[in-house]
Amino acid sequence: MELTGAQALIKSLEMQQVEVMFGLPGGAILPVYDPIIDSSIRHILVRHEQGAGHMAEGYAQVTDRPGVAMVTSGPGATNVVTPLADAYMDSIPLVVVTGQVATTSIGTDAFQESDITGITMGITKHNWLITDGADIPRVVAEAFHVATTGRPGPVLIDIPKDVAVKPMEWYWPEPSDLDLPGYHPVTEGDPELVRQAAELLLAAERPVLYAGGGILRARAAEALRELAERTGIPVVTTLMARGCFPDSHPLCLGMPGMHGNYTAVTAMQRSDLLIALGSRFDDRVTGRVDAFAPEAKVIHVDIDPAEHNKVRRADVAIAGDCRLVIEELLSALDGLGLPHSTTTRGGSGGAPSEAAVGAPAAAGSAAAAYPRERLIPWRAQLGEWQQRFPLVYDQQPGAGALKPQFVLEALRDATPDDTIVASGVGQHQMFASQWWQFDHPYTWVNSGGLGTMGFAVPAAIGAKVGRPDKTVWAVDGDGCFQMTAQELVTASSERIPVKIAILNNAYLGMVRQWQEMFYEERYSEVYLSPDLPDYVGWAESMGCVGIRVESTEEVAPAIDKANNIDDRPVVIDFRTDAFEKVFPMVASGASNDDIVVDPSLTGGVH
Amino acid sequence: MSVYGTDKRHHTLTVLVENKSGVLARVASLFSRRGYNIFSLAVAPSDDERFSRITIVVDVESAPLEQILKQLDKLIPVVSITELDPASSRERELLMATVEAGPETRGQVIQLVGVFEGKIVDVGPDRLTVMLAGAPDKLDDFEDLIRGYGIVEMQRTGRVALPMLDRADGAHPRPQNAHNTEKAG
Repeated sequence: MELTGAQALIKSLEMQQVEVMFGLPGGAILPVYDPIIDSSIRHILVRHEQGAGHMAEGYAQVTDRPGVAMVTSGPGATNVVTPLADAYMDSIPLVVVTGQVATTSIGTDAFQESDITGITMGITKHNWLITDGADIPRVVAEAFHVATTGRPGPVLIDIPKDVAVKPMEWYWPEPSDLDLPGYHPVTEGDPELVRQAAELLLAAERPVLYAGGGILRARAAEALRELAERTGIPVVTTLMARGCFPDSHPLCLGMPGMHGNYTAVTAMQRSDLLIALGSRFDDRVTGRVDAFAPEAKVIHVDIDPAEHNKVRRADVAIAGDCRLVIEELLSALDGLGLPHSTTTRGGSGGAPSEAAVGAPAAAGSAAAAYPRERLIPWRAQLGEWQQRFPLVYDQQPGAGALKPQFVLEALRDATPDDTIVASGVGQHQMFASQWWQFDHPYTWVNSGGLGTMGFAVPAAIGAKVGRPDKTVWAVDGDGCFQMTAQELVTASSERIPVKIAILNNAYLGMVRQWQEMFYEERYSEVYLSPDLPDYVGWAESMGCVGIRVESTEEVAPAIDKANNIDDRPVVIDFRTDAFEKVFPMVASGASNDDIVVDPSLTGGVH
Repeated sequence: MSVYGTDKRHHTLTVLVENKSGVLARVASLFSRRGYNIFSLAVAPSDDERFSRITIVVDVESAPLEQILKQLDKLIPVVSITELDPASSRERELLMATVEAGPETRGQVIQLVGVFEGKIVDVGPDRLTVMLAGAPDKLDDFEDLIRGYGIVEMQRTGRVALPMLDRADGAHPRPQNAHNTEKAG
């Protein structure tokens, strides 16, 4: 069967079970847009190519499918550079197709030519420039394979216009036809290393399970829960891992790091064994590296061996898929006599009782190998910290300034507990991570590694496309919202009913916080404006319902109204306190021992 | 004195890569964006036409060698990496130099080339172009000695290397000396 390159490309995407793609056409990609008319694939027309990339990321983060985006050459391609870099940092599987000028024009500075494979070399897992139409099906199959296996990540396929136009003989490659002689991701952990890890784990007195985004990528949430419940070891969930272990679980300590809670941060600092699972000792987690968790031995499980010993030397480094390695670890613990948990799980998302989780092993059994009692002082210490240093804020009733944390608590309590929350980057992101209660995996969508402002609106749209059955809220800042708000036009026209909560403090809030704390309150280029733009008017002009909230009394009714609208996007402009700061905080470059908690907890500035 | 030589800070990596366009750019780009220094580089087709071999001498003080190896390994077109310790491998380079060689010194230069088992590849009225292939430290010595006569122009290639053979079993490299990384994603 003879097809044009363009037809072969779209057919290849269909063969990969692509149901949705996000994109925007242009000159060089024009031939590939023609067969979309006849394809089963739903194409969502964005208003800016960056939106297409972030939508694909949001889609991938809440489904088990890679996100697909398609854009034209030159500026179309360079506009997806930010989403590619974002997806690379957060290990999100994306397949991005870019148009390219004809092969005969490559290198001539042709109209809308850019060397996108060169530009994205360092921010993709791999990329391909197709110069022969016969390669199209094989390259598409390779691209999906590379994006979704091993450590997931973004890939890019660049297709010149003449290759898309010329005919080729259609085929679909067998797995053995893939030409990837240098790509063999590991999956199973080395049994000897797993055994060593199990022994370290049973010998620890102050262990912490340090769960990262890899748990979610590996679909290892269930395995993690079993490991935690059987060992009684507490869990911290990094910004990328929120939801992989239920916040309501008695063993959950919440988020560590620069704006993590006191107990999660300090548990890691005082720990004698960190079990890092799909986490990468990011600088936002470790603070000053040479002062991080000074007494801890480290077990580091990661599918990417390059993460081992990159920041922190591991005592046991296991390369493998988190789910498989945790399962192997559980078997190894069986072998060492650890009893199976007697915990009965509650209803969906229900947490087992504290007593059940901490239950000592039956006396006289082989479980004497692991006296759970040994962890009792550690758990008691953690409990004491949780009592002494909770997350706090001070919402004055009535006319007092509206606190962002108050808004988030109201939003959290008024939405289903499996609501998907997307966020941008800054104070609102940290408040959302701190104050939301994440009890389900794949319900938190944010830009962790790259810290991309403007991520929330398009990511929420992509998430809603991927999970139309779920309520999707974006928690956004006013600065972030202005970067990508135009995608609400996409959402309105495609009938994607996302809901946006703008925590509008009229500032680039996180930068303002740093200028207040570290630059002697010299505020440089951080003031935006609460009224310019008029967020309600802007939302309505984009086909959304716009609501303004200025006082505490208006919060709940506005959220209820938004939750009851399901035929168009809703934007709520919450006018929040410009002076509220995110606490706790570990200053950049400081040791996690120097964590600063909310001044109200220490009777003044710490 | 030479910047070359068998300094312990340097390690030789022979990297088997897919013979496709852009692969060298991927390797070079990885080194620059991760802040590793390439000391010397040589690329040539391997005995299998699907693959090329890149021999890279890296400055291991610029980053832990382990990170360099693992990051290289993550590149999809990289098939295998062998780390060669200079003490247990045979390393060779090629040097070409145009040297001042007027009537008074010409004989001495020719003699020097002869001692080092080099070759004279071009002859001018008062200059000679000479070449020498050999171990890097031998080339260093030669370079030091001809410098006194006046080097007009000089080029040295990147280093290539193979593991030393095990004398007990002449056909195979000594496994304890060659560090082979398994590919992993």
